[in-house]
This record gives sequence, C-alpha cells and structure tokens, in this order.
Amino acid sequence: MVMSSAQFFDADYQSKTARFLQFLHIDPVLLAALLLLMAAGLGILYSASDGSMEIIQRQVIRLSIAFAVMFIVAQIPQHQLYLWAPWFFALGIVLLVLVLLAGDVGKGAQRWLNLYVIRFQPSEMMKLVTPLMLAWYLCEKPAPPKLSALSISLVLVALPTMLIARQPDLGTALLVAAAGFFVVFLGGLRWRYLFGAIFTMLALIPVLWQFMHDYQKQRVLTLLDPESDPLGSGYHIIQSMIAIGSGGIYGKGWLNGTQSQLDFLPERTTDFIYAVFAEEFGLMGAIVLLSLYAFIIIRGLYIAATAQDSFGRLLAGSLSLTFFVYLFVNVGMVSGILPVVGVPLPLVSYGGTSMVTLMAGFGMLMSVSTHRRLIAK
Amino acid sequence: MPYRSHVSDHSYEASIFKFRAIVAAIICILLLGGLLFRLAWLQIVDYDHFADLSENNRIRLMEVPPTRGLIYDRNGVILAENKPTFHLEIIPEQVADMDAMLAGLGKIVTLSENDIKRFKDEMRVRRSFQRISLRTRLNEEEVARLAVNRHRFPGMDISARLSRYYPQGEATSHVVGYVGRINQRDMGIIDVGNYRGTTHIGKTGLEKYYESELHGKVGRQKVEVNAQGRILRVIEKVPPVAGNDLVLNLDMELQHMAEDALGDLAGAVIAIEPHNGAVVVFVSKPGFDPNLFVHGISHKKYNELQHGVDKPLFNRTIFGQYPPGSTFKPFIGLAGIEQRRFGPKESIMCRGHYLLPGDDTRRKYRDWKKQGHGMVDFTKAMEQSCDVYFYELAYRMGINSMHDFLAQFGFGEKTGIDILGERRGLLPSTEWKKRSRGKIWYPGETLIAGIGQGYMLTTPIQLAVATATLAGRGEKIVPRLLKEVHLSENDTVKKREPSRHMIKLRRDSHWDLLFKSMEKVVHGTWGTARATGWGMKFKMAGKTGTAQVFGIAQDEEYDAETVARKLRDHGLFIGFGPVKDPVLSVTVVAENGEHGSAMAPIAKKLIKRYMEKYGHE
Repeated sequence: MVMSSAQFFDADYQSKTARFLQFLHIDPVLLAALLLLMAAGLGILYSASDGSMEIIQRQVIRLSIAFAVMFIVAQIPQHQLYLWAPWFFALGIVLLVLVLLAGDVGKGAQRWLNLYVIRFQPSEMMKLVTPLMLAWYLCEKPAPPKLSALSISLVLVALPTMLIARQPDLGTALLVAAAGFFVVFLGGLRWRYLFGAIFTMLALIPVLWQFMHDYQKQRVLTLLDPESDPLGSGYHIIQSMIAIGSGGIYGKGWLNGTQSQLDFLPERTTDFIYAVFAEEFGLMGAIVLLSLYAFIIIRGLYIAATAQDSFGRLLAGSLSLTFFVYLFVNVGMVSGILPVVGVPLPLVSYGGTSMVTLMAGFGMLMSVSTHRRLIAK
Repeated sequence: MPYRSHVSDHSYEASIFKFRAIVAAIICILLLGGLLFRLAWLQIVDYDHFADLSENNRIRLMEVPPTRGLIYDRNGVILAENKPTFHLEIIPEQVADMDAMLAGLGKIVTLSENDIKRFKDEMRVRRSFQRISLRTRLNEEEVARLAVNRHRFPGMDISARLSRYYPQGEATSHVVGYVGRINQRDMGIIDVGNYRGTTHIGKTGLEKYYESELHGKVGRQKVEVNAQGRILRVIEKVPPVAGNDLVLNLDMELQHMAEDALGDLAGAVIAIEPHNGAVVVFVSKPGFDPNLFVHGISHKKYNELQHGVDKPLFNRTIFGQYPPGSTFKPFIGLAGIEQRRFGPKESIMCRGHYLLPGDDTRRKYRDWKKQGHGMVDFTKAMEQSCDVYFYELAYRMGINSMHDFLAQFGFGEKTGIDILGERRGLLPSTEWKKRSRGKIWYPGETLIAGIGQGYMLTTPIQLAVATATLAGRGEKIVPRLLKEVHLSENDTVKKREPSRHMIKLRRDSHWDLLFKSMEKVVHGTWGTARATGWGMKFKMAGKTGTAQVFGIAQDEEYDAETVARKLRDHGLFIGFGPVKDPVLSVTVVAENGEHGSAMAPIAKKLIKRYMEKYGHE
C-alpha cells in the first residue's frame, strides 16, 4: 500500500509510529539528534582524512556496531541494570587491578587488557559502571544524602578513578570521576558540602601537582604558554589554534582548510578533529555544532527529569552531563584553554572504544526513557 | 535484592532532582557560552593573526635562477653557452629496495664508491620525497642506456640542468674566463638576494668582469607546501630575467690564427683596432680547458695547471710583466725629437758601444751589433734598432723627462681593459727609485732604460695600447673586449662608446717620421724584420724587440744554443698596418722567443687577414 502524505501526518499513523518506537525502546528525538551529529561527524572526518574512503568505511562500521550496542542496551529494563550494577562494578575494579598488574602497554600507558580474542580497555567500561553503581547506592538513600552515604560514595568514585589515573589515563579518570560526581550532585548533595569540597580541592592542587607525571606537568605548562615549546608539546596547541583562528567567522569551506589538508594539524582525525571543523566552517559552524550538542545534552537531562524513579533519574542525568564533559574538555583542549588530555570529540572523532561506550550510555538513556511504563504497571 | 522505589519521598526527591538538573543545565549552557566566547576570540578578534600564521605555514617563496647570458665573438661565434647536462637522480620514497636498485644501476652506468657514499649521506639528511643526485654529468651513451631501462627502476629520473660550456676551450680561456661554484668569498661581494638559487658565478676573465650583465634577475615563485615541505602547487610566479648576452670585439678566426702562430711558445698576442680600442685578438699561451673549472676541478689537475712548466693559468696579457726591450724605442725616439733633445735629421756615430760621459769606470754599454752601425739618424736607428743612438738619446733626456713623456702612452698605469687584475708594469723615475728602493738613481740606469731594459717592465696589454696609440697618431684609447650588450629584457643593444684622448705633438710631421722609420723596420733594406717584409702586399710599420731574461756579464759571449730554452731571450714585436691608415695594431710577446723578428710574421698574418676580412685592401 502506497503511503500518502496525508497518511504520513495522520495523527493515528503518527501514534502508530510512536508506539512502534516505544516498542523498540527508542527515543525518536534523541535518535534523530544523534544521527544528525554522526552524519556531520562523517563529513568532517572525510575532510580530515584527506577523503580516505578506507577511514570512512571503518568509522561507518564502528558507528553501526555502536548503534547495535545502543539498541541492545536500550532493550534492558532499568531494574535489570539496577540488579547488575554492583556486580559490574566489582568486575570493573578487578579488571582495572588486572590491567595494572598484567596489562598491555600502548602509547606509553597501561590501559589494555589482552583477552586473547579482543583487546579490552576496562577503564572505558567504568565510565558507565561508576555512575551506575553510584545511582544504585544513592537511589535507596533519602535525599539529600547524609555524610556517611557521601563518604561511601566518595570511596566508590575514588577507587576506579585512582586505578585509572595510575595507568596513567588522565582523560578517562577525569570522565569517570565526573560521572560519579554528577550522580552525587543530582542526588541532592548539600551545597555546603559541595563548596567545601571545591575549596579543599583547590587547596590540594599543589599536592596533586607533586603526584603528576612529568609529561602531565608539561601539558599544563604548555597550556599556560604554548610558545615555550613550539616544536614539542606546544606544536599541537599552536597548530590547532592557528587552524581555528584562521577559520574566521565563515570558515575556509569544506575540504579547503589549509592547516588540515596540508598536514600542519596533528592528530586531526582523532582528538583534534574539532580544529578541522572550525577551520573549514568557522564560528558559524561552531555555533551550529555546539547547539546540536547542547540539544542532545538538554534532551538527556529532560529524559532524566521525567524518569519515574530515582535510579533512572540519577543514571540518565549523570550520563547526559558526562557527555557534556566530553565536549567541553575536547573543545577546551583544542582551543587552548584546557591542557591536552586524551578526550575525543564525542561521536565525531575517529576511533572505536569511546564510541561504543558513548552509545551504550545513550542506550541506557533510551531505556530510562522508554521502560517507565513497566514500573507503572 | 528487590527493586524498590521509594514512593513515600518520591515527589520530594524528584523536585530536588529537577532543581539540580536545571542548575546543571544552566551551568552547561554557561560553560558552552564560555567556549563560544573563546572560539569567537580566536576566530574574530585574533583572526588576522592566525590567518597570517596559517598563510606562513603553507606559502613559501622560492627563487628561480635566471639563465646566464651568452658570449659571442664579433661575428656571432659562440664562446660561452649554457648546455644541458644530464644527471641521474633518485626519489627515495618511490624506491622499494634501494640496495637492489643501486646494484642494478651500477651495471648500467659507472657508479663510484664515492658516488654511492655521497648519495647515502645525503639520503640521511633529506626528506624522502626530495630528489637526490646519484651521478652527475652523464654522457650521451649513459643517458640512452638509462632511458631504455627506466621502467626497471621506478623512482629513478634523469634530470637536465643548464651548465656553462665553453666550446672554444683553450682559445678563450684567458679572455672569457670561467664560472665556478659560488664560495664564501663571493658571498661577500654579491647581492645575495639576487643570487638565491644561482650556483655559479664568474670567477675570471669576462665572466667575472661582466658578471652583473651576464647573471640576470632572479625570479620568484610562491608555492604551496604541506607540513613536510613538499611543494603542492605554484600560486604565483615572477619569471626570472635572463642575463644579457655579450658580443665581443674578438674575432675567433684571428684569435685561433694568433694562437697557432705562436706555436709551442708561451706568450701573448694582442691586436687592437687603433681608432676605437676594440680588442680583436687577445691570446695568452698556454691556455687551459675552462670547462674543467665549471664542475669543480680536481686538486691534482689544478696543481698541474698552477705549477706546470709554462703556468697555463697565468694570464700573460695582463699579469705578465716583461722588459719591453727595443719595442720601447719608437716611444723613446718620439720623446727625443718631441722634446728637442735630438733633431729629426741629426746623426751620431755608432761604434758598437757607448761610454757614459764622465764615467771613470769606462764601462762599455754595448750595442747589439758589435762592429757598430756607423752614422745613425732617427730613421736608421729605428730601422736597425741601434742601441748607441738610444743610449745617447736617453743620456740627453734624463730618466725623469723620459718618464713623463712615456707616461702619456700609459706605461706604468693600468690600461683599464675590461678584465680584472691587470698589473701596472713599471716606468721608472728617480722619485720611484727613492721611494721604493730607497736608493739614488745612477746615470747608467738611464741608458739601460733607453733601450727598454733595466727596471722597465710592461704588460703585453700596456704595450698593445701604446702601440695602438702610435697607430692612431696619438689617439689614446681604453682597450675593450666587449663590443655590445644585448639586453634580454627588451631586446635592445647597449653599445660602448670608445673612451679616448689625444696626445698632442709639437708637430704632426713627427708622426710621419716615426711611421716612416717603423715602416723601414719591415720594408727597409736593413730593417730588423725585413725578412717579413719581402713580398708583402701592404705596408706594415713595426718594431722588433728582444728582452734579456737574465743579465749578461761584460764581454761574455751569449750563445743561445747552449742555454736551456727557459733562459732564452724573450722575443717581442709591435706593429700596425697599413701604414697609410692603420686599421689594426698588433703586439706579440713570446717568452724565450729569442728574437722579435721571428714574431713579425704573426703581426703580418693578422693584419693581412683582418684587411681581407673587413675590406681594407
């Protein structure tokens, strides 16, 4: 039967589609925004990789896998996630310890666990498992959490964070810590505790500095004055800022960015892909892209706010805000206001692991958004 | 553990959550605003700065060297040209197995261990997409063999570059000179900006003197490069302006003729058109192959040339300083009658020797003719080259008035010829001796100077200019090798006006007397060059000269046969013709040529051929 346009806009038909998506546990608004972002990401990657179809193909395969993972995760009802949370957490911690004891070394850090079939990065998993665990713990406690509950929460966040920071993988540690913190914050952390913690942190910065690796210190120093080491660690930031700045308001046009097309911009398909985008599409493009991200984050927070129970709320809220941290750290890094830590531009940067984690997270969001009726029954 | 939802405080918790979510959302929006502010700062406020930096990254200025101007003789015979030379180059990134390739190429062309070592050293420091030269200057056969086998060696290329070539070889080695690689010393002199990309520069001869004409203007191109420095495209191009072509006064036919005529003797032959100073022949023998210097001469070869028997690198025309001997007599004779020390018809007695009046030692100043010439006047003294006449003349004049008169002809001064480095020669005076030797002048030295010996030294070019001045009846010119410059930019011709000034004599008839006397040298019954004059179709004026290589003690017999060739006297000849209206003056200086009369035929040949060729019969 041929569909007429009248049929397409028919309220009854629309509700049928909505019911169908509901049945698939898909949030259509979030899905549309994600698809749009990925399409834009492929376009940028095409330019950043000098039109390499090989890279595009691989990225499309990863995106498909990530989508499948999202779809599968979306089918898991949240009470199931609730049941699994402590076990996942325990498994994650064990794996992190194993990584430190017997992990593979890649790019100067010990992040990978060789499972003989696939190489596995347990720290990635902790980006999801940590907020899951904290939501599991805090949803049963009355809000706002008492000091004792906060202490337990602190341990639950600190444990994986420290283990990951030891690898060392500052970017992931930061994201894991942020994800855990967001659960506590959304769970009603008292403001006086929050500000107290912030002041304590500020006071601890000099101590923290002592424990940082030399290359990490160097990154911070380079951020403060990239010109101090223009050919070494400052090169990335300088070239990236040149790319962004020379893009101007309207950009040089797709495939016309000289910084990116002529190889001046390093890591341009991965961590620095935003600079390629900014060079070719300018400030206007940046406003559009950042708006799309903002839309996804707001939608995530909306799903969280409309979730039916505390567990779903905390989980969904934390995941949305973590997504924001990805974006902020990455764009802040390439535009020279944050130190260079390995955080990709979410869903755009070339690379597989974080893509799957991110989409699994969106799967959880969709699950929270679509499984609510089950509880009402 | 059962899944419980805390229904009791559900709404309270939800409201806390909502508030927190809104706070979080606001913070997110604020932070995103901060990011946008940062981006706007980079992309709007600092846009010009970063746009510049980005252009500097990708745009590079490259220099394109100009083509060097060519050099022709007066009839269009090419003396210096730019010939393509072929070089074997390799682009390492396109080569799969370098060692196999080098081995394979070694079977087709000769590759020395040095070639391979240099190539590998270069490969280490250059980027892999840059061409590296493996063998330079392939011969035609090698080029052909490589071309046939090219498909077997991807990444191999034969490149053609222009390099200087001197088809006349030895014949022009001391005129045109040669170019060589620019060295540190050259860098101090040149406009470095204009020589970006240029590898060679004029080192000697006209190549050096007219460097600024020959070089041209460097071209520039703006290219786009990537981060590795690889050139992707040319954005803008200002083509180079080729150097100007030089047309010389030189006539290669006569040049070769003079060269051949000198035979095995080392020496110099210069022919000048008296009325404009055009240098038609400019030979210094022996020469050398200037092409050896273009690509860098080996140490061994250089030492051979530098220290060889006849010192082939030594440009005798301007560096060689010889006693002029009897070729000096026309000038001194002219000085004598011009300054009224001798009447044009006045005669003296020659008994084969001369005694300095008032000299108690009674030292005999010998004439070349032991038995003497008898009564000698100006004409006879010139014809037979009577030394006694000139001893007396010198005695009457004194060294200083001799110096002042002869200085007008340019002796003791640079002639200003368009080749760098000429010597001054030496025209002595009492003042000179006091200044440079700290000694007083002895009267005997004046006598020796009167026959062009002693301290007197001239370069062949000085003698040639003085001779041309005689031929032009006092018209003193600056000798010029360059006839005109053909400007490459607008295809016009820049001519050189001859610079001249006149030497005024008391009476014009003194020139006639001198011409007549010098004609007798060649055509007179007793003329020292009479053998040359026999059967000549035109009249040539001339003067022979013999310069002692070493002093001969009193009364010692001088036997040319027994001394080594290197100790033989130098033979000199100056001449011009035809006497009525001289069109060419010739100077020949032949080291160890024994006697000047043997050099006269060279002058005759050159003048004869010149007249035939340029219609002065």
